[in-house]
Amino acid sequence: MTTKPAAHKRRATREEHRLGLLRTMTTIRRFEEACVELYSATRIRGFLHLYVGEEAVATGVLAALGPDDAVVSTYREHGHALARGVPMDAVMAEMFGKQTGCSRGRGGSMHLFDKSVGLIGGNAIVGGGIPLAVGLALADRMQDRGRVTACFFGDGAAAEGEFHESLNLASLWRLPVLFCCENNLYAMGTAIAKEHARTNLAARASSYGIESAAVDGMDVLAVEEAAREAVRGIRAGGGPRFLELDTYRFRAHSMYDSDRYRNKAEISTWKERDPIDALVTALRAEGHLTEESLAHLESDIGEQIARAVAAAEAAPLEPVEDLTRFVCSEEVEA
Amino acid sequence: MSETLETTYRDALRDAIREAMRADDRVFLMGEDVGDYGGCFAVSLGLLEEFGPERVRDTPLSESAFVGADIGAAIGGMRPIVEIMTVNFSLLALDQIMNNAASLLHMSGGQFNVPLVIRMTTGAGRQLAAQHSHSLEGWYAHIPGLRVVTPATLEDARGMLATALRDPDPVLMFEHGSLYPMKGTLATDAGAVDIDHAAVRRPGTDVSLITYGGSLGKALAAAALLDQDGVSADVIDLRTLRPLDDTAIVESVRRTHHAVIVDEGWRSGGISAEISARIMEEALYDLDAPVERVCTAEVPLPYAKHLEEAALPQPPGIAAAALRTLG
Ligand SMILES: Cc1ncc(C[n+]2csc(CCOP(=O)(O)OP(=O)(O)O)c2C)c(N)n1
Ligand SMILES: [Mg+2]
Repeated sequence: MTTKPAAHKRRATREEHRLGLLRTMTTIRRFEEACVELYSATRIRGFLHLYVGEEAVATGVLAALGPDDAVVSTYREHGHALARGVPMDAVMAEMFGKQTGCSRGRGGSMHLFDKSVGLIGGNAIVGGGIPLAVGLALADRMQDRGRVTACFFGDGAAAEGEFHESLNLASLWRLPVLFCCENNLYAMGTAIAKEHARTNLAARASSYGIESAAVDGMDVLAVEEAAREAVRGIRAGGGPRFLELDTYRFRAHSMYDSDRYRNKAEISTWKERDPIDALVTALRAEGHLTEESLAHLESDIGEQIARAVAAAEAAPLEPVEDLTRFVCSEEVEA
Repeated sequence: MSETLETTYRDALRDAIREAMRADDRVFLMGEDVGDYGGCFAVSLGLLEEFGPERVRDTPLSESAFVGADIGAAIGGMRPIVEIMTVNFSLLALDQIMNNAASLLHMSGGQFNVPLVIRMTTGAGRQLAAQHSHSLEGWYAHIPGLRVVTPATLEDARGMLATALRDPDPVLMFEHGSLYPMKGTLATDAGAVDIDHAAVRRPGTDVSLITYGGSLGKALAAAALLDQDGVSADVIDLRTLRPLDDTAIVESVRRTHHAVIVDEGWRSGGISAEISARIMEEALYDLDAPVERVCTAEVPLPYAKHLEEAALPQPPGIAAAALRTLG
């Protein structure tokens, strides 16, 4: 075997992979933009927390996971759901509160679940998912499954007792958890310097004996690389890992937020580091992306979203008679 | 005649906090996003500018720690007002509320009282699903050592806080999320109100609709429906869930001989069960029919609008329950 074709083949794969990352990030962005419109048209209700600006985090981390791994997320989880492979139709239908939604209309934007891809919510109690991830990992350890559980939460969550208690447990028991702290510098309107006596969150994880790193969360390639390294370490039996992913939400905390706690200059500085633009620029510089292919990607995604909206509009509502279904299990173990 | 102003439930709450903070240096406000953000539901908007960050204190997301710290501050001579964004998040501080705030006075043989006010949002109706929509004030009303108040009107939003701050013991104030934008007029000199008694919000003769908080409006709407059927409903706003005003409940039942309890909490083991039991204990022979209850369906609340609406008490269901008692 000559080296040349192999090298050529490897480059092609890498390029395809990067285009895939671009597709995922763009899908998340456009999906959420559509949600904003639908929200304004009152087709979607409840709280709507957008991930715009943070797409590289979910995209990069989830690219490093395998199909059997598990994911625990927050109320800002459209990105995690889509990047993990929850069908867009099912996510959109959930936003509409339809029967075909991934949580059968019971959860809405904040509670996306999909067992088939290992997405265990969609948790809207800040910090509430972190102990769950520890327990999922414990079950995997006890049943000799090689699964890794990735757990996403924000900088604000790192102030909750459950964060500290969970990191300690995971480290103490050397459990296979990948803690992913999405540090977007704010917990709602409270800036990180007003939330934390020490703002170096990776260092805080280290104090529990967990190997940790801070990563540029606006660079999807850096995120993916750090996540791959961490997942390798976890699978090798090295216990939990912690990634602090430094990022920024470009929009308000939710649809109900006047964003009076951040200044415009700060927001626009971060927007210059748009993770999608950054990848587009890199791919273009390497000659891997043309105007046409980008336009094609966009129109593809646009059509996919239009189809998802149409399907959600047409989908049936859960019958009212089923209101109290799923409070208790319908089948009991024999 | 005193002058009046147009206001909202939200603004009335804010005026009450402002007045208390102006009147007493020991009073301060603490909670998540009460400062820079202006309050999750904009109740504290503008207070940071007036009182500064020492007295309008943003906290990290640490419900157990900051509620516990306010208990300590109350023992230490301050008069904290704590804001917890919603009742579901108060569960992270339940240990402090129950095992410290409610118990310290008794455990210490009367030495340490806890003059603390905890305000929080409660209730459903905004499609916020199962982690943001519950009505757990009935749980808190289970706990000796606490007082539980549920302002349902502008007067009470404006006036309950001052009285709660005078209470030597912890008071929990539940603000139904749907009430914040409620508009109306208030006397410009509106101030402290009593928090010991229930109120008759609409006098009637045929059936008692006993309710509180966010369900008051629904009970009044049901009363209007019943009116069309020639049925006169007596609408009781409990105002305080602990201690319950048994006298007001019993007096109403003696007037009407029929009772419907309307509660956004769940039926099983809820405050509606307690109220019903007290009617049995104190007014059984005044009843002409069994007590009816209209409560939230026994389900963690769903997101979808039609399901959420079906889960919650609604005026037609309340009116139907009233008609059932009348046979
Ligand atoms: C226990 C709890 N407290 C408060 C809230 C209200 N709340 C929702 S999101 C949020 C901010 C969380 O910030 P962070 O963890 O940094 O995540 P981000 O929203 O920035 O992604 C708050 C205060 C909640 N959902 N749960
Ligand atoms: Mg944050």
